[in-house]
Amino acid sequence: MRMRTSDEALALAAASGDGEAFGLLIRRHYDLMFRFAWRLTGSRHEAEDLCHDICAALPVKLRSFRGDAKFTTWVYRVMMNANTDRARKAQRRAKARASWGEDFKRREAEAEEAREAQDWLTRAMTTLPEELRDTVALTLGEDLTQAEAAKVLGLSEGTIAWRMSEVKKHLRALAEKEGI
Amino acid sequence: MSDDDLKKLTEALKATPAPDPARKETTLRMAEENFARLQERDPVMRPSQQPGTRPGFLKGLAMTFLNNLRPALLATSSLVIVGIGVVLVQNSAPTGPVVEPAVVGENLSRVTTEASKAAQAEVAMEVDDVDRREETLSIADAEAPMELSEEAPLRRLEQRSLQATATNRARDLDAVAGAVSNEFAPQALIAPAPVPDPVPGQRIEQRDRFAEADIAAVKITSEEPVSTFSIDVDTASYAWVRRSLESGQLPAPEAVRIEEMVNYFSYDYPAPTGDAPFSTQVRVTETPWNTDTQLVEIGIQGTLPEIADRPPLNLVFLIDTSGSMQSPDKLQLLIQSFRLMLPELRDEDQVAIVTYAGTSGIALRPTPASERAVITAALERLQAGGSTAGAAGLRDAYALAAQMAEDGDVSRVLLATDGDFNVGLSSIDEMTRFIEEKREGGTYLSILGFGRGNLNDALMQTLAQNGNGQAAYIDTLSEARKVLVDQLSGALFPIAQDVKIQMEFNPSVIAEYRLIGYETRALNREDFNNDRVDAGEIGAGHQVTALYEVTPVGSPALLNDPLRYGEPVVANAASDELGFLRLRYKVPGATTSQLIETPIAATETPAAPGFAAAIAGFGQLLQGSDYNGSWSFGDAIALANATRGEDRFGYRNEAISLMRLAESLSK
Repeated sequence: MRMRTSDEALALAAASGDGEAFGLLIRRHYDLMFRFAWRLTGSRHEAEDLCHDICAALPVKLRSFRGDAKFTTWVYRVMMNANTDRARKAQRRAKARASWGEDFKRREAEAEEAREAQDWLTRAMTTLPEELRDTVALTLGEDLTQAEAAKVLGLSEGTIAWRMSEVKKHLRALAEKEGI
Repeated sequence: MSDDDLKKLTEALKATPAPDPARKETTLRMAEENFARLQERDPVMRPSQQPGTRPGFLKGLAMTFLNNLRPALLATSSLVIVGIGVVLVQNSAPTGPVVEPAVVGENLSRVTTEASKAAQAEVAMEVDDVDRREETLSIADAEAPMELSEEAPLRRLEQRSLQATATNRARDLDAVAGAVSNEFAPQALIAPAPVPDPVPGQRIEQRDRFAEADIAAVKITSEEPVSTFSIDVDTASYAWVRRSLESGQLPAPEAVRIEEMVNYFSYDYPAPTGDAPFSTQVRVTETPWNTDTQLVEIGIQGTLPEIADRPPLNLVFLIDTSGSMQSPDKLQLLIQSFRLMLPELRDEDQVAIVTYAGTSGIALRPTPASERAVITAALERLQAGGSTAGAAGLRDAYALAAQMAEDGDVSRVLLATDGDFNVGLSSIDEMTRFIEEKREGGTYLSILGFGRGNLNDALMQTLAQNGNGQAAYIDTLSEARKVLVDQLSGALFPIAQDVKIQMEFNPSVIAEYRLIGYETRALNREDFNNDRVDAGEIGAGHQVTALYEVTPVGSPALLNDPLRYGEPVVANAASDELGFLRLRYKVPGATTSQLIETPIAATETPAAPGFAAAIAGFGQLLQGSDYNGSWSFGDAIALANATRGEDRFGYRNEAISLMRLAESLSK
C-alpha cells in the first residue's frame, strides 16, 4: 500500500520520525542513488562509498527536506554536494589513512577497475571539466530536462543549455583527436 | 555529428553496473539504524507543521546572504574564511544526548576507510544536532589549504568547536538554513561578518597559492648579530612575476621572492679554484635606495665540472596529465620543453615517463636516450584528462628511478605540474617525508610549474626543497630552454648540498642589518652547525647571490634608537671587520659538512651598486616594501640600464622591459 505513496510524502513522513517511511524511501531509491553516484564518479567503488555516506547522513539531512521540491531533485543536489565534499575531505583526512603503501595498493585496485570500465566513457567524461560532468550526469545520465537539471544545480536553464553546447564541443574535440 | 556524440555518451552513461547487493544491504541497514538512533536521542521537533506556515522571512534572509555568499566563496575558492553568525531562539525544548562516535561507524564494512567515513557521517549528524540544541548557530567555512588541514572533525563536535571544524560548506548551508527556519522562531539576525580579504596569495588569481613568509625585518646587530639561512637556487618567482606583468597585472606581493629574482641572473663571479666546489665573493656597495646604508652582496659560484666526464643520468619525467593541463601553455609547452632537452642527453642516459591523472601510469619504460624517436613518440602521445593522483605518480616515478639507477649514476625525478595533488593521498607532511627518504637514497626531485590559475607555489617549494631540487616556473619556450637546456648540467648535477650561510655582523661597525629575500629559507642560528638540518643544494655552475642591507653605526638611517639602559657597544679587536661569513656545505652524499669562513672588511668607500641591487630594488617595489623610500621603478630602470653589461642571452634586457611594464601598470 505504502509503495504507492509519493516520494515526497514518504520523505516528509520520514522527516517527522516515521522509520518505516524512511526504510521504504531509501530502499526505493538506493539503486537510483547508486547509478547517479556511478555517473558522477565513474567508479563502482567510489559510487558505493558515496552512497554509504549519503545514507549515513540522510536521517539528519532529511529533516531539512521541506517538500517544496521533488525528492529526487533534492537527493541529486545532496549527492552532488556530498561528492564535491568527499573529494576535498579525502585530502584533509589523508592523515587518518594508514600509510602510503596501503593507499598504493588501493590505487592499483582502482586502476584495474578503471580499465574494466568502458574506456571511451572514461576518456569522454575525464575530458570534461567538473561542472560539465555534473551537468552531463544529470541530463544525459538521469534524463532530467534542462529545467530540472537547472533546479538541482541552482542555475538558470540558459546556463545548462550553454553547458550542454560546451559538452558537445568537448566531445567533438575528443572525436577529432581519436580520428573518428 | 555532435548529437551523435551526445547519444553515444548517453548510452555509455546508461550502462551502469548494478549495485552490489551485499553492500547495498549493509548500507541500508546502517542508514535505518542511524535513523532509529536519531529518533531515540532527538525526537522530531516539528510535529504538525504545515509547509507554508513557517516564518518565511528568516529563510528568505538567510537564503539571500547565502546566495550572495556563494559566488564570493567560489570565486576565492579555497582560502577564504567566512563567518556567519545567526542568533536564534529555540521554540522547543532542547533534547537528547550527543551521539557517540560508534553510532555511525559500527556497521561499516570497509575497514580501510572506516575512520574517515565515521567522522564524516558523525560530523553531518552532529552539525545538525548542534543546530537544534544550541541557541546560537555559528558556522564557519574554512576551506583550509592542505597544509593547514585540521583533523578536528574526528573529535566530538560541540558548538564552540564548530567554528574550528570547518567542514560545513556554504552549499550545505541551504539545508541548514532550511532546518533552522523550520525549527526556530527568529529573534534576532546578526548580519554576516564582513568577508575578510582573501588570504594573501589569492589575489592574483583565484587558485594560485604561494608560500607565505613575512618580509624579514631589520635586526639590531647588538641584539641579534647572527643571521642564518639556506641558499636557494630557485627562479620560479621571477618567471611568475614576468608572466603577471606581461599579462598586464602587477604580481601579488607574496608572489615576489626577491632572492629568486636576483638568482635568475648570472653575475660576474670568479670561478672556484682547486678542489673547492664553489667560490665565495663578498663586496660592499652603496644602497641604491638609501644613501645612508650599504649593501653587502654575497656571491657564490658553483664549479662547472667537465661536462664530458659527467656520470650517466637517469631522468624520470613525472607528468601531470590531469584535465587542467589541457592548455597550450601547459601540456603542450611541457612536451615541447622536454623535446628541447632530449638532444642534450647522451646515449648512456636513460629516460622514463610516468603520468598521473585519475590514476598513475607508466607512459614510457626506462629507455636509453639514444632512442630519441621512441621517447619523442611517447611524449607526443600524452593527453590530458582526469583528476590528479600526484602521490601515486610520485611513488611510481621513484620506483622507476630506483630500477634505473646503477652505481655512480645521477637519478632525478622531474615533476611537471600545473597545480597540486588533489586526489587521494597526501598530506604535505606525508609526501615530504617520502621525498626526504628518497633524497637520502640519492634520487632528487626537481619541479617544473606550468600554466596559471591553479599553481600551488607553496607545495612546489616545499617538495623541491625537501627533494634537494630546484623549483622553476615555465611560462614560455625560452624559459624552458633556460631551465632545461642551458642549465641542464647545473639543474641535474648537484655539486654541494645542504648549503647554509651564516652571517655574523660586527656590532661596533654595523648597527642594523636586514636580509633581503630568503624569507622562506630562514634557519635558526643553531641549525647552522647541525648537519641533520636540511638546506639548499647547488648544482654545477649555479650561482647564488644574497644581499644584506646594513646600516653602519652612527648612520642617520638608523631605525632604532640605542637603549638607554643597554650596554654601550664596545669596539673590539676585530673592529675593522664589518662581519664574518660562515658557509657550510656537504659534498653530495656525505653526512658531515665542511666549513668555509670569510671575514668581511669594513669599507669607507663602498663600490657602486650592481645589477643584483637593481633587481632586488625592483622586487621590493613589487612587494610594496617600505624600505625603498622615494626610489621608484624609474630609478630601478636607470640602474639596471647602467649595470646591464654584456647580457649575452638578453635576460637582463628582458628584466628592464618588465620594469617598464611594472612602472606603467603601477601608475
